[in-house]
Amino acid sequence: MSGPFVSLLMRDLRLAARSGGSAALALAFFALVATLVPLGVGADLRLLARIAGGVLWVGAVLAALLSLDRLYQGDFDDGSLDLIALSPLSLEQVALAKLLAHWFSTGLPLTLLSPLLALLFGLPAPGTWALFLSLLIGTPAVSAVGAIGASLTLSLKRGGLILPLIILPLLAPAVIFGAGAVTAALDHLSNGALGLLSAFSLAAVLLSPFAAAACVRLNLAG
Amino acid sequence: MFRYANPAVFMRLSGALLPWVSGAAVIALAVGLWQGFHVPPDYQQGMTVTIMFVHVPAAIVAEMAYGAIAIASLFSLVWRHPLADTAARAAAPLGAVFTALGLVTGSLWGRPMWGAYWVWDARLTSFLLLLFLYLGYIALWNAIEDEARAARAAAILALVGAVNLPIIKFSVDWWNTLHQGESIISGQIASIFLWPLLFMALGYMLLFASLWMVRIRTEIVNRRARSLMQRAG
Amino acid sequence: MSDFLAMGGYGAFIWPAYGVSVLALIGIVWQSWAAWRAAKKKLDALERDGA
Repeated sequence: MSGPFVSLLMRDLRLAARSGGSAALALAFFALVATLVPLGVGADLRLLARIAGGVLWVGAVLAALLSLDRLYQGDFDDGSLDLIALSPLSLEQVALAKLLAHWFSTGLPLTLLSPLLALLFGLPAPGTWALFLSLLIGTPAVSAVGAIGASLTLSLKRGGLILPLIILPLLAPAVIFGAGAVTAALDHLSNGALGLLSAFSLAAVLLSPFAAAACVRLNLAG
Repeated sequence: MFRYANPAVFMRLSGALLPWVSGAAVIALAVGLWQGFHVPPDYQQGMTVTIMFVHVPAAIVAEMAYGAIAIASLFSLVWRHPLADTAARAAAPLGAVFTALGLVTGSLWGRPMWGAYWVWDARLTSFLLLLFLYLGYIALWNAIEDEARAARAAAILALVGAVNLPIIKFSVDWWNTLHQGESIISGQIASIFLWPLLFMALGYMLLFASLWMVRIRTEIVNRRARSLMQRAG
Repeated sequence: MSDFLAMGGYGAFIWPAYGVSVLALIGIVWQSWAAWRAAKKKLDALERDGA
């Protein structure tokens, strides 16, 4: 599993870094959302601190969406996907590698930026820590579910428009548990949010490669 | 199940069943409506309890339809049942309409009690997400040009959605208790309200069944027409 | 009769709820049957033209 898996992973990471830096785009989008919301709801820091968990989680999910439709599309368009399918890796392993690459180039950077954005919302330290943790645990689920959507809408001309419609409802639990973790920290309670989020993420990351591989097979066969 | 895989067999069977199912639906709905309007006011809700007789059946069918799509998708992917894709696709618009109906009636039910047309009640919120799941499913079918590919992709999406749906409902319930939202259905239903509810629910389900058959038959006929045109032209 | 319509003051919610339900149900019934009739008509025409 190691050799070809790691090289596929590194290749995808390099591609992500090259193609206009998808991390930079996602980070900028994330920061913009964090800027626009206070402009919309007003500068009351107590209110902002209250809604920070939810707003930043939604912002992170939307930012991660941006680079999703390129997850398989680029390789599909130039025929690389056919070649990759012929490699010793199973399509499920390919899907997992691509999922990880997406997370490294999108979810992880978003997580790392989140404490700074939490500052803009006047989120107290326990809340910021909870936000960071929840994003760290939850963004892999976003990449996982997103990968399923990306493979489903592969080869669609305007697939990018359907992608959010398909995967956002499926990500509701992540947003609920992720923001719920922040709320718990602010109220000095424990509501099990992080545990539930971990379970969701684990399940998503484990199951997504199978669904995504099935969809890719569908498109390669035709 | 595979005896009914042959479209001709399905057409014969559904053609025979249709009048009975439709008739039963009409009767059940008529009885339910009549009973519904002869019900006394509820202690807490007054006569708004009658909205339950159109809200809950819609909700039941909305979920039932998604279950039907999930099962049909399973048959399509695992056992390659020829009619399964048609059945799944036919059920989707019906499910979406019943979900939307559930949302509107739920909102009207909540308004006199809670003073707002929308409260983030756990069930209504899950319903809203279910509506989006339907819309995504229908959009995917329409977006992919190749029918066979669309069918398989839609089936995968339906199954992913079906697995996720209990998780979504659980998380919304959890979220609701966290933020202490309102609840539309509280506690037991008095037996005097149960009978109209059961008849209406039965009527709605039979209505769904008959419309589903009609739509599957329509698609079978359309396919036959398409293949005739291809042969001619 | 006006008591029936008022429904204890909740008429403004009950009747729209039933109204929307009736409209929606009639709507999909009509649309489903119309699509069926159109399809049947098309197929009959094609089969008549000797396919």
